[in-house]
Amino acid sequence: MTAGSPLLEVADLVKHFPIKAGVLIDREVGRVRAVDGVSFTVAKGETLGIVGESGSGKSTLCRAVLQLIEPTSGSVRFEGRQLVGLGQRQMRPLRRDMQMIFQDPFSSLNPRQRVVQIVGAPMRLHGIASGSDLKREVQDLLDRVGLSPEHYNRYPHEFSGGQRQRIGIARALATRPKLILADEPVSALDVSIQAQIINLMSDLQRELDLAYVFVAHDIGIVRHVSDRIAVMHDGKIVEHGPARQVCSSPTDSYTKKLLAAVPVPDPRRGRRAGG
Amino acid sequence: MSLLEVSDLRVQFETEDGVVQAVDTVSYEVASGETLGIVGESGCGKSVASMTILGLTRGPQTTISGRVMYEGRDLLALGADDLRRVRGNDIAMIFQDPLSSLHPFYRIGDQIVEAIRTHQDVSRAGGRARAIELLDMVGVPEPSRRVDDYPHEFSGGMRQRAMIAMALSNEPKLLIADEPTTALDVTIQAQILELLNDLQSRLGMAVILITHDLGVVAENADRVLVMYAGRIVEAGSIDQIFHDPGHPYTWGLLGSLPSLDLHRHEELPQIAGLPPSLLAPPAGCHFRDRCPHAFDQCMKVPPLESRLPDSPEHRDRCWLTAEQKHDLRTVDGRIGLQAPGARAS
Repeated sequence: MTAGSPLLEVADLVKHFPIKAGVLIDREVGRVRAVDGVSFTVAKGETLGIVGESGSGKSTLCRAVLQLIEPTSGSVRFEGRQLVGLGQRQMRPLRRDMQMIFQDPFSSLNPRQRVVQIVGAPMRLHGIASGSDLKREVQDLLDRVGLSPEHYNRYPHEFSGGQRQRIGIARALATRPKLILADEPVSALDVSIQAQIINLMSDLQRELDLAYVFVAHDIGIVRHVSDRIAVMHDGKIVEHGPARQVCSSPTDSYTKKLLAAVPVPDPRRGRRAGG
Repeated sequence: MSLLEVSDLRVQFETEDGVVQAVDTVSYEVASGETLGIVGESGCGKSVASMTILGLTRGPQTTISGRVMYEGRDLLALGADDLRRVRGNDIAMIFQDPLSSLHPFYRIGDQIVEAIRTHQDVSRAGGRARAIELLDMVGVPEPSRRVDDYPHEFSGGMRQRAMIAMALSNEPKLLIADEPTTALDVTIQAQILELLNDLQSRLGMAVILITHDLGVVAENADRVLVMYAGRIVEAGSIDQIFHDPGHPYTWGLLGSLPSLDLHRHEELPQIAGLPPSLLAPPAGCHFRDRCPHAFDQCMKVPPLESRLPDSPEHRDRCWLTAEQKHDLRTVDGRIGLQAPGARAS
């Protein structure tokens, strides 16, 4: 983990959204500091968990790291190469190494495309496979994420939420990335299905030596999957450290508040007063 | 004495694909002042069972049978007008999504006043004063100003407070809270649950707390029903459910939670497979297909009954004996469901 330079290195990343007002001429009257000076690194094969509540800037951070939105300032280095300022054309070959898994398995898959098109598209775009190879590669991936390879010709609506999230994971794996940013990948799923997806992601990480940035609001899940955790609040990282340490002996007041608010599924440990 | 008594409730929906048995012989009681938690995953029937109490699932495609006794009357047999006098007055309900439960075109205060004036003979001004008082009680800051706000001017947590204020406006004896905090951040969730607990003890009302979150149940409920595929599979006190669970599905739910004792990279115990389609659930025990401990007898539906003479309140729907349950439910030192194929060593 310490050897060599990190896979991803984010330094002082800022994304502000201007608040505009005015009738004919827009004037900037304020700024939403969605991401406000965030720095972290991710090593090969490692998981960095980012935890925070809605509006803390987690999703904007993911999108700014992947250059899906242009950062206001700061630096994002992937394998030493600066991504900020690269044009779409220059970014495209690099996207192969960095993929994303989204929260909502219902809206993140095109309902009019078959699984083979959804999972195969990144392979075609990056020239990884085509023709009959493509179908075979897609079937391999479906098998790998625990779906039946025969289902390659189905539409998303024919799958349950957990299965759709597996399709989303297969799509992310299609380009054989080194890094996956997962934005709330299990929060739309039922408890028993969450565990299946978490285990799948862990297995894939071991097999493929993937690095994850795992973004979620549920600190219990983040702790389970992460080597290190960064806690975000109001666009800033307020605490950052090894997962166990952040959860067992937090130093920041917001982290403490967040941990205290998580309901404990044990009536003997976490009974709320009054009850 | 129980406040609400549900017996043999069944709800079927006719759909294009066939008949969905959403709720199947559900029976339970709620006592005055207590909190009954109902847990289960999406589609297990926990919301449908509770909405049916208030007649919210009635329709041409729905077949409802059983009894829901409230103060000597069967709510299922009440006509629309009689039921309307109970709904929002004796029994109130709050829903998961506070944005879609409030009308976006009307001011928060006007919506609360409407709820009050539907059941009480008060003037508009009197209703407004009461609305301000209610908003204050649920912790909305500057209630006399914010009473005139529209729902979009409230944050998610504030909207849920407004919904609670509306639900409490006629001092109900029973509040049905269907995933009241699922759409909220954890810190806001903690505030809302504390508020509900506080109001409950002050007003002495009973609460049915419907949630998928076992942590929320453990911290807030007195008793729990675990539902799976339309049926109650286990019922008991929170201590019984969390520390002496009898049904393999409950073991699986508890086991699949990330725990403090579990190390990183350790496999999270999971429940294999998917919940069954309610169009054609498996015969016998609905959990049979996903249960590593299923045997021949599971082809027959197990009754919901107590397995131990010394705890009659703790009931489950599983054919295994108490000793078998005790032996089988521990996986790697904690409660969980064994992986399929793995045999107890």
